[in-house]
Amino acid sequence: MKSGIAVPEKELPKTDPRVKLIAAKLKKENYKADALIEILHTAQNAYGYLPMEVLKYISSALKLPPSRVYSTVTFYHFFSLKSKGEHTCLVCTGTACYVKGAQAILNEIERSLGLKAGQVSADEKLGVQVARCIGACGLAPAVVLDDEVQAKVKPEEIVHKINVKMGVL
Amino acid sequence: MNRQDLKTIIYAEKKKDETNKYKHKICVCCGAGCISSGSEEVMKKLQEEIKTRGLDNEVEVIPTGCMGPCNQGPLMKFLPEYNMYQKVDCSNIHAIVQSQLVDKKPIEDLLLFADSREKPFLDARDDPFYKKQMKIALKNCGHINPEKIEDYLVHNGYQALDKVLFEMNPEDVIAEVKQSRIRGRGGAGYPTGLKWETVYKYVNDQKYVICNGDEGDPGAFMDRSVLEGNPHRVLEGMAIAGYAIGANKGYAYIRGEYPLAIKRFELAIKQAKKIGLLGNNILGTNFSFDVEVRIGAGAFVCGEETALIASIEGKRGTPRPRPPFPAESGLWGKPTLINNVETYAAISPIINNGGEWYSEIGTPKSSGTKVFALAGKINYAGLIEVPMGTTLREIVYDIGGGIQNGEEFKAAQTGGPSGGCIPAEHLDVKMDYESLVSLGSIMGSGGLIIMDKSSDMVDVARFFMEFCMDESCGKCVPCRVGTRMMHDLLQKICDGKATQIDLDRLEELAVYVKETSLCGLGGSAPNPLLSTLRHFREEYEGRIKQHELSELH
Repeated sequence: MKSGIAVPEKELPKTDPRVKLIAAKLKKENYKADALIEILHTAQNAYGYLPMEVLKYISSALKLPPSRVYSTVTFYHFFSLKSKGEHTCLVCTGTACYVKGAQAILNEIERSLGLKAGQVSADEKLGVQVARCIGACGLAPAVVLDDEVQAKVKPEEIVHKINVKMGVL
Repeated sequence: MNRQDLKTIIYAEKKKDETNKYKHKICVCCGAGCISSGSEEVMKKLQEEIKTRGLDNEVEVIPTGCMGPCNQGPLMKFLPEYNMYQKVDCSNIHAIVQSQLVDKKPIEDLLLFADSREKPFLDARDDPFYKKQMKIALKNCGHINPEKIEDYLVHNGYQALDKVLFEMNPEDVIAEVKQSRIRGRGGAGYPTGLKWETVYKYVNDQKYVICNGDEGDPGAFMDRSVLEGNPHRVLEGMAIAGYAIGANKGYAYIRGEYPLAIKRFELAIKQAKKIGLLGNNILGTNFSFDVEVRIGAGAFVCGEETALIASIEGKRGTPRPRPPFPAESGLWGKPTLINNVETYAAISPIINNGGEWYSEIGTPKSSGTKVFALAGKINYAGLIEVPMGTTLREIVYDIGGGIQNGEEFKAAQTGGPSGGCIPAEHLDVKMDYESLVSLGSIMGSGGLIIMDKSSDMVDVARFFMEFCMDESCGKCVPCRVGTRMMHDLLQKICDGKATQIDLDRLEELAVYVKETSLCGLGGSAPNPLLSTLRHFREEYEGRIKQHELSELH
């Protein structure tokens, strides 16, 4: 963990509908500290990732030290401090998908689009991620494009599918 | 609502079901796998087709949970005939409906496994895929609408809870579970009845029941399917557990990667509460039980019980030393019972049919059935449930239809990153706890990945070690450092740059990490490595010899 990460000065605008969603969730959970992960889920769903201002807001609402919230966020793979991209391509690298060729799909994405797992394109339009198993093993190899699971994906068709999703084609 | 009210509701629903005007029921699989293959669009098209033909008074279309052969989806079955269609497309709906409902005969070419069997079976239950299976945990999956509590009630739903509350006291319930000899289905296989009894014995004003739905093993989707396909069954099991051990609060911890399971389980809780089968004074008794869902956030280690508890407490999911075990001091320091989804799903059948009934299924030391997620290079991948003691050969060839593309079986991986590989010479191994351990693997949660000769066993070991390395919580040195060191050595072997000394060091490290890690993640991280070394040692030594030879030149 890097030292010296500053807690942002800026406050979140209370009228932002995303802030209202988080506020509602905080209230529903009675501002209990143990509901932190549930609240982080709501926040990430609303913003697409977890900006530092949002973490500050949550830590003060739950009366937790910002470092505690930060350490929880950085522990879990699901949460991201950076934008994951406007469109996401998640390649499942679970055992069944691995046996059926998930690595070849990742290699093709890197070859054609220059993106490795965990990277977002320079224009932030596309982010590539991996998941250890999404539980769709009967459809291996599986790729999730923006929330839609694509079944039995072949490496040669993945780039085309991504471009269709992004509206480039 | 009291007991008589429940009886009245069930009676009314059953009467509705019997006398209903529907001559046909069409079940469309809406498990996550089939949805991803387009079953929701298929269902919509089907409903339109039925309506256009004016048949909506005669034909009922219902979405169900997983039907089993997931890689043949979208799946659809017509009742009462039990004709099951595979790979259904919106384009063949018209023809199927015409043939089934008007011409009164199935389109054989589109039936389940028609493309691979000589002749498909008209009644899907006769197909070898289903014939060797025995559904207990998955009993209603694929038959009922998981989003309707009424469907569950009509199929004996909540009868076990009723029986437990009015005809049994907590000790009786525990005795029944003990008699069934059921062992925890999460992977460790700890006797469930004994666990319940242990928590029961601790005296405390507050106890908790936790359902472990953090199915993190890559290649496992059994729990997902049960949660999506029959959530009330799990809820009922949790409530019965609460009654038995003296808890009034339960938490279902479900992986964040399973949004459909979360949605259906939350809906089930809401429905059960509305009707009075959950919440305060259930069925008019003194027993109150409430359940809340907690969502995981992508940490495999949170499948470990103390890490899971830390996660519910809103903290980093790091395990802690035991003792004290969760039974004594768990969630917020209170006595806590943690069981797997599949374990809870088996409870109401045990109560309804008796522990003795369950204990007679399976083998002497491993009773009951086990759900397996069959995947990899197998022809028929999907969800199956078989009695313990069924052989691997029966699963791979009789049920799974053999290896894809006519290839030869090389290995079956069981137990995920904590497990090992079973080679071809042991195809006749009985799938039960002890037999798998004797071969250097474990039952695990039920993921069963089939491999052919295209799988490089050293790379398989490296793949699992990479997983453990990534998922290590970092708290203890043996796991944090050990998995990294073992992975680097495995990578070196894969790259053809390792020597015999590297292999010796790898084997030594495996023992250290196994014996000194804080929790099961580190403790079983070396298993795939040790298992592949045991059964496929030549693949390691071959690479080392090759490197040594190349160094000589």
